[in-house]
Amino acid sequence: MKMRIFVPRDAGAIAVGADEVVAALEQAADKRGLPIEIIRNGSRGLYWLEPMVEVATVKGRVAYGPVSPADVPSLFDAMASNGPHALRLGLAEEIPWLKRQTRLTFARCGVIDPRSVKDYRDHNGYKGLERALTLTSDEILADVTASGLRGRGGAGFPTGIKWKTVAQASADRKYIVCNADEGDSGTFADRMIMEGDPFVVIEGMTIASIAVGATKGYIYIRSEYPHAVAAMNAAITAARRTGYLGEGIVGSSHNFDLEVRVGAGAYVCGEETSLLESLEGRRGIVRAKPPLPAHKGLFGRPTVINNVLSFAAIPFILDNGAKAYADCGMGRSRGTMPIQLAGNIKNGGLFEVAFGITLGELIDDVGGGTASGRPVRAVQVGGPLGAYFPRALFDTPFDYEAFAARDGLIGHGGIVVFDDSVDMAKQARFAMEFCAVESCGKCTPCRIGSTRGVETIDKIIRGERTSENLAVVEDLCNTMKFGSLCALGGFTPYPVLSALKHFREDFGPAPATLQAAE
Amino acid sequence: MASAYEPWNEARGAEIIAEHDKLEGATLVILHAMQEAFGYVPEPAIPMIASALSLSRAEVHGVFTFYHDFRHEPAGRHVLKLCRAEACQAAGGDALAARAEAKLGISIGNTTADSRVTLEPIYCLGLCATAPSAMLDGRVVGRLDEARIDALVAEAQR
Ligand SMILES: Cc1cc2nc3c(=O)[nH]c(=O)nc-3n(C[C@H](O)[C@H](O)[C@H](O)COP(=O)(O)O)c2cc1C
Ligand code: SF4
Ligand code: FES
Ligand code: FES
Repeated sequence: MKMRIFVPRDAGAIAVGADEVVAALEQAADKRGLPIEIIRNGSRGLYWLEPMVEVATVKGRVAYGPVSPADVPSLFDAMASNGPHALRLGLAEEIPWLKRQTRLTFARCGVIDPRSVKDYRDHNGYKGLERALTLTSDEILADVTASGLRGRGGAGFPTGIKWKTVAQASADRKYIVCNADEGDSGTFADRMIMEGDPFVVIEGMTIASIAVGATKGYIYIRSEYPHAVAAMNAAITAARRTGYLGEGIVGSSHNFDLEVRVGAGAYVCGEETSLLESLEGRRGIVRAKPPLPAHKGLFGRPTVINNVLSFAAIPFILDNGAKAYADCGMGRSRGTMPIQLAGNIKNGGLFEVAFGITLGELIDDVGGGTASGRPVRAVQVGGPLGAYFPRALFDTPFDYEAFAARDGLIGHGGIVVFDDSVDMAKQARFAMEFCAVESCGKCTPCRIGSTRGVETIDKIIRGERTSENLAVVEDLCNTMKFGSLCALGGFTPYPVLSALKHFREDFGPAPATLQAAE
Repeated sequence: MASAYEPWNEARGAEIIAEHDKLEGATLVILHAMQEAFGYVPEPAIPMIASALSLSRAEVHGVFTFYHDFRHEPAGRHVLKLCRAEACQAAGGDALAARAEAKLGISIGNTTADSRVTLEPIYCLGLCATAPSAMLDGRVVGRLDEARIDALVAEAQR
């Protein structure tokens, strides 16, 4: 019998040698005259073990990793004989790091062949859509609302309410737009799901189109993600071929088609109105709201715009019921969050878990501390606009409101870990610099304030009139916070002020009275 | 994936525009396609795009200059992009970037005098759990260390 071997096509696995491992496996099979079938699955998200190779056995899939091409000859023999090997991890599904997760959105990621509609269907795919096709728009909206799902792109706005607004708007056309700009450093969940389970995104968008009465959708993917672009395009083609996109979806009277559009390296285009401008072929200048995209979005039509993970959560909710989703979580943060552990971390990767787990559990237990082995000093949660937290705040539960209460945000769920070699003045400077480089230019506080911020922090780093200049930085932050149209200018103060507040010692000698910024 | 770009040619430019000009909001799509064919967006393409999409030349120029991706002139034979964002900083990316700059004798944002290598910053490749990361001519590379960055630089110089 042919050995069935799984090697991820995920960009994160490719970046550490997955393609070379595939070539070595093919060579080893040739040499031994043993037929094999290689399936390029997605990643399961245990990145320190990538490339993680799995082989199908009667007991389930046995995993090995991290595999280098040099390991392949011995690995091949171990797989063929089901014998011992230094890289053997046991049954993939039993790996504790994976087993302790609650994988609702990522249930299939790393399991199936992301190019096969059949594989998707064999793993509960399209059941949510099938049920949605038997429901009225109001019933779908009720389910999404009852699930408690909040947008996973950062702002945490209730998805059901957004959809309802679009459903109630009347227009000749409506659009569904998927925000796959994923610009936040330390985040990669959108990329992983697009590469590892693209049909779940398509299914979620299709359900949205039925709920609000839209016929056309766009997926706006950042240009830094060529593998995700290829994976989504392949999946869209396969979905069209099998009747899951196009006219009369699976025999219904509903039409819906999708198109991928590629960004061009502008962080601000992740902001929803800037993204819509960009999709319309213009500069990504942020629009003032109102009007909301739900009323006047793409080409002036009512538009649902959601993050990739928001759409990807929908099929589970429709298939298993709103309650099954809402049963996970804490407070007003319902369901699960695909958390991304990144930076200087031992066990980095994607950890999907119900809201409520603490930052400390995530970093110390799940993440295993730093990769460098040095103490964790700071973690930035929520991307470049997120706050830096010290160990003293590690008891914060992963929950929208709990983070906000501590002047932080969970954003898109990325956590970047820094060890004790980090210089927090440098990180604060970077936050300002990033804002200056990426500002769309519409608001003075964002455009000019961030540039002044860089200059002023430079003075502090040089030791020039520290306390006066710190006061200037605080002042600039206040102006940016209250005088910016969007969260680029408005939230850049989070990383800056948190660095100042929690790591004051990195900003030069402190006068005894200076209290950290609020 | 190293550059096998065509030299600018008006007829080819017109053909590229014709392939996409029926799309809704086609400007970025066409600019990307131009860059894919020619390695940059040649100046004469701008008025052609404008007239095909019934836009002003200034509008298309404005779009072209807004986005970091679009080039005004050809890049070096190889483009090495180093991730400069936070997760890569946390994993030691700054020192590796400095090392690449020293090896190539240029700072980030420039092309070597022999036009072989363009060194550019990129802000997150979504490979943040195997940081630091880079991209050489569209190929992604993670878990960079001194040996791996040296090998990448050497490959780019070939
Ligand atoms: C500067 C900036 C960048 C953003 N980047 C992204 C992004 O990359 N992906 C995303 O989904 N949302 C991003 N957002 C949030 C979007 O504006 C918007 O809230 C989101 O697409 C709504 O979808 P959701 O409700 O599903 O989260 C960004 C916001 C700002 C201000
Ligand atoms: S805050 Fe900055 S990025 Fe946002 S709209 Fe204003 S200038 Fe543009
Ligand atoms: S770009 Fe509008 S303020 Fe300068
Ligand atoms: S921060 Fe470098 S790959 Fe994400």
